[in-house]
Amino acid sequence: MGIRILPANCWIDPARPVDKALVTHGHADHARGGHGQTIATPQTLAIMQLRYQTEAGATPVAYGETIRLPGGVTATYQPAGHVLGSAQILLEHAGERVVITGDYKRRSDPTCPPFVPIPCDIFITEATFGLPIFHHPPIAEEMTKLLAARAASPDRCVLIGAYALGKAQRVIAELRLAGYAEPIYLHGALEKMCRLYEELGVGLGELRPIAGLPKAALQGQIALCPPSALNDRWSRRLPDPITAMASGWMRVRQRARQKNVELPLIISDHADWGELTRTITEVNPAETWITHGREDALLRWCELNQRKARALALIGYEDEDD
Amino acid sequence: MERFAALIDALVYTPSRNAKLALLAAYLQSTPDPDRGWALAALTDGLDFPAIKASTIRKLLMDRVDPVLFQLSRDYVGDTAETASLLWPDPPGVTAPPPTVSNVVADLSGGNRATAPRVLADLLDRLDSSGRYALLKLATGAMRIGISSRLAKTAFAQAFGVSVDDVEEYWHGLTPPYLPLFDWAARGAAPPRTDDLPLFRPFMLAHPLEDLQVDLADYAAEWKWDGIRVQLVHVSGETRIYSRSGDDITATFPELAPALTVPAALDGELLVRGTHQGGEQGGAASFNALQQRLGRKTVSKAMMADFPAFVRLYDVLVLEGEDHRPRAWTDRRQVLEALLPRLDPERFDISAVIEARDFAELTAIRDRARDDAIEGVMLKRRDSPYVTGRKTGFWYKWKRDPLLIDCVLMYAQRGSGKRSSFYSDFTFGCWAGDPDSGADLLPVGKAYFGFTDEELKWLDRHIRQHTVNRFGPVRETDRSLVFEVAFDSVHASKRHKSGVAMRFPRINRIRADKPAHEADRLESLRALIRD
Repeated sequence: MGIRILPANCWIDPARPVDKALVTHGHADHARGGHGQTIATPQTLAIMQLRYQTEAGATPVAYGETIRLPGGVTATYQPAGHVLGSAQILLEHAGERVVITGDYKRRSDPTCPPFVPIPCDIFITEATFGLPIFHHPPIAEEMTKLLAARAASPDRCVLIGAYALGKAQRVIAELRLAGYAEPIYLHGALEKMCRLYEELGVGLGELRPIAGLPKAALQGQIALCPPSALNDRWSRRLPDPITAMASGWMRVRQRARQKNVELPLIISDHADWGELTRTITEVNPAETWITHGREDALLRWCELNQRKARALALIGYEDEDD
Repeated sequence: MERFAALIDALVYTPSRNAKLALLAAYLQSTPDPDRGWALAALTDGLDFPAIKASTIRKLLMDRVDPVLFQLSRDYVGDTAETASLLWPDPPGVTAPPPTVSNVVADLSGGNRATAPRVLADLLDRLDSSGRYALLKLATGAMRIGISSRLAKTAFAQAFGVSVDDVEEYWHGLTPPYLPLFDWAARGAAPPRTDDLPLFRPFMLAHPLEDLQVDLADYAAEWKWDGIRVQLVHVSGETRIYSRSGDDITATFPELAPALTVPAALDGELLVRGTHQGGEQGGAASFNALQQRLGRKTVSKAMMADFPAFVRLYDVLVLEGEDHRPRAWTDRRQVLEALLPRLDPERFDISAVIEARDFAELTAIRDRARDDAIEGVMLKRRDSPYVTGRKTGFWYKWKRDPLLIDCVLMYAQRGSGKRSSFYSDFTFGCWAGDPDSGADLLPVGKAYFGFTDEELKWLDRHIRQHTVNRFGPVRETDRSLVFEVAFDSVHASKRHKSGVAMRFPRINRIRADKPAHEADRLESLRALIRD
């Protein structure tokens, strides 16, 4: 699975080990270990190194840099604004330009450089939030909600479920931007990635591990954990936590309920419906291909706007999580 | 409306019952009349705006959003009101301030079929996404936010320090916005008068017996009849018939109301004359027959002649002004038996007490119940008062064991509400012949419960990985998974291609270990029909 570049005989974000892989970003469903050669941004390679301990065959490409692939194909990496190190890949071959967005967003994110629209013939876009119901509110509103919930329950702690790569660091960095200077407490599974972000130049302020702390030390504090730990026995060590979840899916009430979330924070590292459609309009490609997510609706939008489009229906990417 | 919307949102996200009660109570204490009364009515399904239907909302949206995009969104969200609240475009320019709950009720009640869409659109324009959600839930009367009417009344009782049983009792004589109820509870006024009204009184219910055994010296046994539980109330010349949920179904059974002329509140099972359950002597027709009579607005003479309704009495709550509910079951039973000769024998009889020496004999009698097509046995503690709801130790229901059959999963549909993203509604089939000689599966039933949350996740994954076809929200699977399906009974049916209809089918076990071709054949299911 993944996208195969036929003339160059290599793959983008393959799900199985291959000889030569171009990787857009470090999330596990896009970046797997075991490839012969892995071509990615230095940050993505550092993330993969942390996760898979595979240094062999790592080929770094900086943003804006172009590399040659076999078969007369060139690849240029540009920021996708999704997580630290995330890139879109521009492929050029025989005068034709193809852009693969990987996962992307257009909102500002203090932890990574913003998405750059690249003119192209074929635009291969994600569609994780490809339904018109998805609108991510300004993140400052969600931070206000979060800080208000904390202030309203000084005996409890706010426990935010957030992906270990990208979401956790963005939430922390946004809290800092909102003026929150207290230490932020971390589940063990988030510590390494946060440290790596700091090593790569993303300041996160004072972070403390939760492990070993008495309950009382966490009253009135903000803590982060992976989403899977929210309703796990692990969370019982916290003082009656307010269960929060930072995800674009929180826009739908029933999704929040299914995950027993009390404080839904609509924060996503993917483009919402407005961003997806605006980006297609802006890039204005001859053809739009839709890789993963809710392809049907975006395909319909392209049809309504007289845009040539097709769904690739790639499988293997997680479409239910963010 | 913003406070009501904030309440609805908070209730949606608050899992704990106590925290929900606290939220509701705080809202009821701090919101002025009549807003709080209207809000309470919305939460207890007490509002009705006939001019506004789910289709009204759909049509409004279709004028503003592409129908395909609307449908795809609706499938994903699993709830029309929420979809509409998320998709509704912000109106251009400056809008009027948001309406209060009372404004909303007044505007919606004032609309007719022709004006309702415009009235609703104007209200939607004045609210944000949360407000729109609350408005649409209120307007369509389908809150479905996990708040039962009982919970709302409990919160009311808690907010003002009154008894919830009193609230229930006064409730049915009042209409929204329940000003006399608030005057009584919040301001200490005299309670609303109820003795001259044909009021519904909440039913006493039973727990399943499970593996318990009881001493028949302490408990009386009756058959559990398979009809609908009703309460008949006669006061000052008027009779009302209430269903278990307190709905007034008097008009559906016009032959019954005139038959009760004694001032009383009686508890019983509404049945149709026949021999299916319990045989020739004191039997009754199957639930299938009764179903012909349900949900009809007009009832023809032929209907009443073909499916004559009667009530098999279980209990007496009130008789000629005397409230018998605090008395022991044995005493109430005597009152009921003494009353019976005064009732029309064509429309009333009494649920017989099963004569059994001990629990072992009762077990043997119950084991024969399937041949008589009876649902099971009720056990009632002889000294139990008539109390609202399920009180442990008073009444037990002891259903006969379910029938089991192995079926193959054919189609799955996404659920709604809490299960909106999960494939949780399953259609399964039995083999129409020998699968090894090419026989096909025919759908025999649908089930959406009987599994745990963990199993549901597993099933959802199985369905996504074994999909061979997609039809909107429905997926056809590769027919590889076997379910052991439990059900109460099976009946011949002309409406189904398989010719059978199951009652209460549920997933008893997931038989991932069993090859699909070893699932049961249709003939095995047909053999269980006792029509």
